[in-house]
Amino acid sequence: MSVSNQHDYDYLMYMIKTEEKTIDNSVLTEMMPRWFPVKRVQRNTHDTFTIDLEPPDGNFKFDPGQFNMLYMFGVGEVAISISGDPAQEQILIHTIRAVGSVTKRMWELKKGDYIGVRGPFGTHWPVNESVGNDIVIIAGGIGLAPLRPSIYRLLANRDKYGRIVLLYGARTPKDILYRKELEGWRARFDMEVHVTVDRAYADWKGMVGVVTTLIPRAHFDPMNTTAMICGPEIMMRFTIQDLHKRGVDYENIYVSMERNMKCGIGFCGHCQYGSSFICKDGPVYPYSAIKDLFVKREI
Amino acid sequence: MMETLEHLLSEHPFLKGLDPKYIQLITGCASNIRFDAGQIIIREGEEADQFYIIRQGKVALQIYTPTHGSIIIDTLTDGDILGWSWLIPPYQWRFDAVAIELTRAIALDGKCLRNKCEADHNLGYELLKRFSSIVDERLESTRLRLLDVYDKD
Repeated sequence: MSVSNQHDYDYLMYMIKTEEKTIDNSVLTEMMPRWFPVKRVQRNTHDTFTIDLEPPDGNFKFDPGQFNMLYMFGVGEVAISISGDPAQEQILIHTIRAVGSVTKRMWELKKGDYIGVRGPFGTHWPVNESVGNDIVIIAGGIGLAPLRPSIYRLLANRDKYGRIVLLYGARTPKDILYRKELEGWRARFDMEVHVTVDRAYADWKGMVGVVTTLIPRAHFDPMNTTAMICGPEIMMRFTIQDLHKRGVDYENIYVSMERNMKCGIGFCGHCQYGSSFICKDGPVYPYSAIKDLFVKREI
Repeated sequence: MMETLEHLLSEHPFLKGLDPKYIQLITGCASNIRFDAGQIIIREGEEADQFYIIRQGKVALQIYTPTHGSIIIDTLTDGDILGWSWLIPPYQWRFDAVAIELTRAIALDGKCLRNKCEADHNLGYELLKRFSSIVDERLESTRLRLLDVYDKD
């Protein structure tokens, strides 16, 4: 069953309110999803889409890098990073890749449907903490989505930062996320944007090569740089080493980690990473804090 | 003209730290060159008699496949080195290279350099060290792409 109309929604609200009488309220607030109507669905690529949700309270506050648990009624729940503008609290935006059973069902969502939301959870990108620094944002694949809120916030406070560099790698040209927005950022005089793809046919006029090959081409002062990285773990591993080779201190490199998140509040232990829980102590970590774990296998 | 080339070569990261006498030797094998957008620079199977230091522009390294046409395997741009087949027998290009946009480069005569390297093994060793580093970077990049990290798990 999916929550597809007002009747279903009203029924669910009734059920939730009935349940509330028997469950501890403090647990309820974090473990019970709230139902958000879908305001808009956009297809970004052949397998990635963005849904705009309307917060029932009228606004939703979050910090760049945080995530929500999104619940498809009767199907399951998944952790999805918030990808919208933190300044626009009246719309909650998530960009999702249709890859598993829940997200494939989410692909079918349309305006007026409802989905459950718990959150926001987790730590955030050090946007406010990096005032005065050059900022290097390195994203791979759908890893651009969790970083987009930080780009919005950085650009909204542009005069507080030095250079802002975005390096983005995708699988092929048709996998490039937020293409129009990337073009807009690239056209700005106060931001440097480089895009590369892993493979392309001869009609592609952009760069081909892994995202790490963009690091030597980017203009930033390594001694005064904060780097934020999000993408597949192996991509982050090589990116960190290349940034360090360029002179960026490990303490100034931040990564967003991903594991199987379930409860979102550090109870269940599914996302345990060494002595920390990614849902609570992450997903954004300074690399220096997890350096030893990062290279450890089977964690 | 030769002085300008010598200066450009001595400033390039690829040759950084090389004894000035070797820069002078290399300059003797160098010339300025430009390619228009769409111009083929090297073609698979042909004799590899030169290599290029790209000063400005963008070059696609391509391989032709009967089923998909030309596939880009790498893009080279400002400061990159194009071609090392001149150094390795049978001195034949293994890929195509096409200028994507107007590209200015320094062309280095491979035969001329090979002869100078044979005559002075120290120069040969210095060049091999530098090319090994490029081969290492490109191999790492290729290996990472082989992993296809952005594919669905």
